[in-house]
Amino acid sequence: MVAMAGGVSGRTDPFPGPAPVPRARVKRFLRGSEEKTPRAVAPRLRWHLKNLGIRENSAAEKAARWEPLLPEEPGFLEVEPGEDSARISQREIADAVDIGSAAKHFELRLEQFGPYRLDYTRNGRFLLLGGLRGHVAALDWAQRRLLSEFNVMETVRDVSWLHCESLLAVAQRRWLHVYDSQGLEIHVVRSFQNLLHLQFLPYHFLLAATSSLGLLHFLDVSVGREVATLSTRSGRAAAMAQDPATALIHLGHANGTVSLWTPNVAEPAVRLLAHRGAVRAIAVHGSGRLMATAGLDRKIRIFDLRTFGVLQEWGVPIGASQLDFSQRRLLAAACGDLLQIYPKVDSGCPPVAPFLQHRVPSPARGLRFCPFQDVLGAGHGMGFSSLLVPGSGEPNLDALEQNPFRSRRQRQEWEVKALLEKIPAELLTPEPALLSRVDTAGLEQKHQERVQRLGFDPTSKPKFRPRRRHRGRAPELRRRQRQHEETRARIRQSLEQKEKNQEEPPKKKRKKEGKTPQKSGNKLGENLQKSANKKGENPPKKGKKLGEKLQKVGEKIPKNQEKREGNAQKIEKKLGKKTPKIGQKNGEKTKIKRKRQKGGPGSKLGGKAPKLGGSPPNRGALERFRK
Amino acid sequence: MATWTSSWRALRQAARARRDTRWRFAAVPACGAMAEEDPAAAAAGSGSESEEGEDGERRHRQLLEAISALSGRKRRKLAERSEASGQVSEFNVTCKGAGEKLVLSELLQPIHPKSTLGSVRKELARVKRKAAVELPLSKEEAKRVVREAAYVTTSKDVGKWQQVVLQNRRAEQLVFPLRQDIATVTPLERATSAWKARTPLEQEIFGLLHKTQQPITDPLLTPEEMASVQAMSLEEARRRRAELQKARAVQSYYEAKARRAKRIKSKKYHRVLKKSRRRQALKEFEQLHKSDPAAALARLEELEQLRMQERMSLKHQNKGKWARSRAIMAKYDLEARKAMQEQLARNKELMQKVRVEPPEEELCEVPEEDTDTTALPMPSGANPWMLGKPSGLAPEPEAQEGPRDDRVPGAVENKDEMQEEEEELSEEEALLQDFEQKRRERAGSPKGQDRDHGADETEIGAEQPRDSPVPPVCAEELGDSPVPPVCAEELVGTGPEPPPQPQEQLLLSEQLRRVQTMEDVESLAKDELVEEQEKLVTLRAGKRAQQQEKGRAGDRHTKKASAKRKMISLEAVLDGKPQEMDCPSLPVVLEEEEGGIEQHGMITEAFAGDDVVADFRREKRKAEEAGKPQPVNLVLPGWGEWGGTGLKPSARKVKRFLIKPPPAPPRKDQHLPHVIMSEKRNIHAAAHQVSELPFPFERHQQFEQSMRTPVGPTWNTQRAFQKLTAPRVITRTGHIIQPISAEDVPNTAPGSEARPEGEAMPRRKAGPGKKAVFRGKAVSRGKGVSKGNAVSKGKAVSRGKAVPGEKAQPQRSRAR
Repeated sequence: MVAMAGGVSGRTDPFPGPAPVPRARVKRFLRGSEEKTPRAVAPRLRWHLKNLGIRENSAAEKAARWEPLLPEEPGFLEVEPGEDSARISQREIADAVDIGSAAKHFELRLEQFGPYRLDYTRNGRFLLLGGLRGHVAALDWAQRRLLSEFNVMETVRDVSWLHCESLLAVAQRRWLHVYDSQGLEIHVVRSFQNLLHLQFLPYHFLLAATSSLGLLHFLDVSVGREVATLSTRSGRAAAMAQDPATALIHLGHANGTVSLWTPNVAEPAVRLLAHRGAVRAIAVHGSGRLMATAGLDRKIRIFDLRTFGVLQEWGVPIGASQLDFSQRRLLAAACGDLLQIYPKVDSGCPPVAPFLQHRVPSPARGLRFCPFQDVLGAGHGMGFSSLLVPGSGEPNLDALEQNPFRSRRQRQEWEVKALLEKIPAELLTPEPALLSRVDTAGLEQKHQERVQRLGFDPTSKPKFRPRRRHRGRAPELRRRQRQHEETRARIRQSLEQKEKNQEEPPKKKRKKEGKTPQKSGNKLGENLQKSANKKGENPPKKGKKLGEKLQKVGEKIPKNQEKREGNAQKIEKKLGKKTPKIGQKNGEKTKIKRKRQKGGPGSKLGGKAPKLGGSPPNRGALERFRK
Repeated sequence: MATWTSSWRALRQAARARRDTRWRFAAVPACGAMAEEDPAAAAAGSGSESEEGEDGERRHRQLLEAISALSGRKRRKLAERSEASGQVSEFNVTCKGAGEKLVLSELLQPIHPKSTLGSVRKELARVKRKAAVELPLSKEEAKRVVREAAYVTTSKDVGKWQQVVLQNRRAEQLVFPLRQDIATVTPLERATSAWKARTPLEQEIFGLLHKTQQPITDPLLTPEEMASVQAMSLEEARRRRAELQKARAVQSYYEAKARRAKRIKSKKYHRVLKKSRRRQALKEFEQLHKSDPAAALARLEELEQLRMQERMSLKHQNKGKWARSRAIMAKYDLEARKAMQEQLARNKELMQKVRVEPPEEELCEVPEEDTDTTALPMPSGANPWMLGKPSGLAPEPEAQEGPRDDRVPGAVENKDEMQEEEEELSEEEALLQDFEQKRRERAGSPKGQDRDHGADETEIGAEQPRDSPVPPVCAEELGDSPVPPVCAEELVGTGPEPPPQPQEQLLLSEQLRRVQTMEDVESLAKDELVEEQEKLVTLRAGKRAQQQEKGRAGDRHTKKASAKRKMISLEAVLDGKPQEMDCPSLPVVLEEEEGGIEQHGMITEAFAGDDVVADFRREKRKAEEAGKPQPVNLVLPGWGEWGGTGLKPSARKVKRFLIKPPPAPPRKDQHLPHVIMSEKRNIHAAAHQVSELPFPFERHQQFEQSMRTPVGPTWNTQRAFQKLTAPRVITRTGHIIQPISAEDVPNTAPGSEARPEGEAMPRRKAGPGKKAVFRGKAVSRGKGVSKGNAVSKGKAVSRGKAVPGEKAQPQRSRAR
């Protein structure tokens, strides 16, 4: 390199080598404390550690070198001296910004179906709205494209996107329902009852839900397994949030405490007395350092999650019912019908006045900042408002991590990658660095834990039972017994075969029934759920009925025809057989797809509408919005 | 002596014999031998016989002898005794040695003549000493010897690989095949170096360039330019020199002066000097106080620090060497006595503690007896022992002066000076006190407020804007009372009700101060009441004072004050008075939540407050209790003593057999009153943890350090990720990987590439001194392993042995 530098031009580089990076900047990317590890005695280890240190440093230096290449700057709002930024209205902001940004400020008037909860996907592209009175709408809000819209005909407590925009979870009056982006119901999870809040942990593929009974459920959506159900023993949790850094679930309780949960331990990792009254809202910043709580005592407190100390606190006119942190540490609070956005929470003293303020038509029930956008979404009784909050979103996005502009194909690839990198729920701990530490527990304790984990003692020997010896005619007897067993097995097999053959035709009938819109859809869901829960085990009643029907049919149909049918069913059965093996979820998916081919996706939704009494009224509103 | 006589006798006999056998001289071998040895001496010896007048004979014989000597034949024939002759004396003594001259040195030699058999004897002894011919070595031993020799040679041969192996082991990445012909790109410069200017134009240009020494590769500056830039102008140099000279001169003057001053022994001079310095300092301080109070405060602090240090050092006691010598002198020397007094006074002054806390009452209210006699209990809450008042109090100097005067009756003339000094001191102290007072005022001491509140509440309203709202920190920490505490803190709705049993509760309260006297306890009770009132007042005042600035300042002050007085309490965490946000508009529509939660919320709001805190505290205590390890009770009732219903095992047994477990490690939340942290292990995660320290690591910190940096692409840049996850061994497809050969060794050992001939030469040379080399190698190997490279490097160079040198060199190259 040096030789080359002197080459063509005859000039040498006056500053040879890469430009030095200031140590302070490198340090930001170094992990772990600066404290010295004890010096190694063995020269080989010493050399190894030294090498490690060098590699660590060089990696950090490379990261630091790339840092200035993050080109985007966050938005900001500058006011005239003496002017109060909180008095600037949304209209003024929208007038001042460019057309593209101004278009992000809009209102949806959805008056009929009550206050709305909302959720953005992690890339900030899609919006999910769930009205209390059953209206659920999924939309690509930036492009004004409606993905689907339907009414679940039940109270909707909360809505949440799952890992991407193709699946969404709705906490309905009774159970948890999972729909796809077209509004097709995919799962009903009946063990999750009376849910209040939903939170999806994206890296663990866990859906966390709290119920009014004070239970905290965890559902692994990648395999459809219920990971844990924990009793909070504090009654109904009024607020729920997740810590994106550690994936802990924060629950706010009526006794003023905030508890932090993992699915692995039956008691909260931390309990924190945050307010004198009940906790109404919690928000955790993405860095995992700040937690904001609002209580009935009309205060907002900011906690440092590393020390659990109160950083700031201030009172609000009437207590805040909703809180949310933006990516750049702005805090939004919904105090009745007043939305207050506080300036960046980092300095020592609490904010003097709100940074922005906006009045929504009725008290807000949902409040979310849109990731990577300077947008705050608020769901309220009169619909949904999208507000402009300059400087709230992170301007530099990591497209490998979350890409707002990804195509379908990219999304699919990302999905596969995310599934491969899924973190098991077991590893969810309050301190993520736990795994890199050496466990100091003793052998005995380890064994106990293993037994506890497995549910049995693998090292224990089975109790000794003396073998009973037969004498005399024993071999003869045994031979007979074996014969008897074999014949029985044969008979059983043939019977099963028969039953299975008989099962197939009524299924077709049921599918036809499935076309009928509302109730059957629910039933279908139920059936699916049952089948999902019991792993292909058929409910006995149905089997009987079907058997009876078949018998009747069998009387009428000539034998050869039956045979033909039987063959077809066999093929079908073969196909069908495979599906449950792959996994519950997949199996169900395939089934549903088959149904959809027959019934058509629209027909079900279309069928719903008339029963609701005319076309969905929101349709009109969204159509308007689209224009 | 005996030698002398015997030889003398021998000589005489010889002479007689010669006389007898005149013509038979040929038969005298001894004489011939003598003559042969030294003819001159023989001649000299014969000279002694000239007295006997036989000159002719002698000469003749001499001649004959000389002739015979010329022939060169040596005759060493011992005299044979063939027949009786004159040569043989009757005393059986030969005339051997006749005619010899006597040499003194011979006479001085020991009597025993050197035996010619000595060497033979020695030989014989040696032969005798020698055992029989050694047996040949046994087969095993012979093999062992061979093996040893083989080992040494082989280890030497193999030793040259050691470096290679080490290097390969340490290499971050090995690319096989190891020998690769790297296609090097020759830089353009080198490629064109062979190029020469041919055309006249080119030559002219080159000539110009070379003449001016224009830089071709590094075009920044020519050598002349560099020189001119570096050079200094003459004027500047002169100026600089002058400056240096002056500085040196001044320094020497100053040093001389200092030396002179140091040598002055006059105490008076030093005292005056000290005093003047003190005065100067005081004056400066006053000026500073006027100009920059903050700096003055800092200075004061510094002084205080100094004082503390001096106090700590115990320098001013009467135990030092100087002090003891003075004490001896004090009886006679007035001066010494005075010095002693001064010293003691200073000591006393230093030993007096400055009051840590301002007392409740005004200083002047404190009766004077109390200040002197500390044994009396103080009405204030602070430790009475700590209440040594500052020496600057007005009445004190006088009070202390009396006894001092009594002690020093003779020192009347010094009194003026003393007084003067004390005046100074008191002035200083007054100043300090003034500062202290001001500082206290500035800090807005809560105690003062207390008094004010106690006096009347109407005043407080006026005072409040200036002073911050004191935080409603709860005074009582109802630590261990199982009864749910009465809510005394929730004062929003209720009036200032005193707690039902103030005394009992107060006894349970936690404070940093130690309550020592009955009065303290009483004052505590007063404090509580006062605080209650104060809280109320501040609540009211807080509402009034809504301005942001003051609120914040107040927060700071209150924090300070509370930190001083109170332990960290749960209420303190919860009850921090938040500032109200000033909003341009207020919410109009109140929330209508779902019915259930609203009712519930209403109820909780109504009953919110103390029970929440108490519940939480109870829960925390429960968690703490549960976390404590339980003692194991191994007491068997009735064992070794009477048993039966109603009988309890004896206390001794219980004490013996109740096994207490070691205390649990401190809880993580021990300093966080508002937090309960679970101490439960996450067994599912623990299953994934490493349970034993992996091999090369010696400490767990080392392992943790190696694990803490993630290598995934999510957390690293692309390049860093590639580097961190690069494979250790790369094999190139389609290439044959040959086993490493001896030719590769010098190439891979980096030290050898510098001078390959040097490497080869010593190897050839090493032949002759093989043994030495081996021995040297064994030593150096040990050293090389244990100590590293520095030791063996020199050896390797001098001896031409490659082994240790090889070890040393690659590391150096690595460092490069």
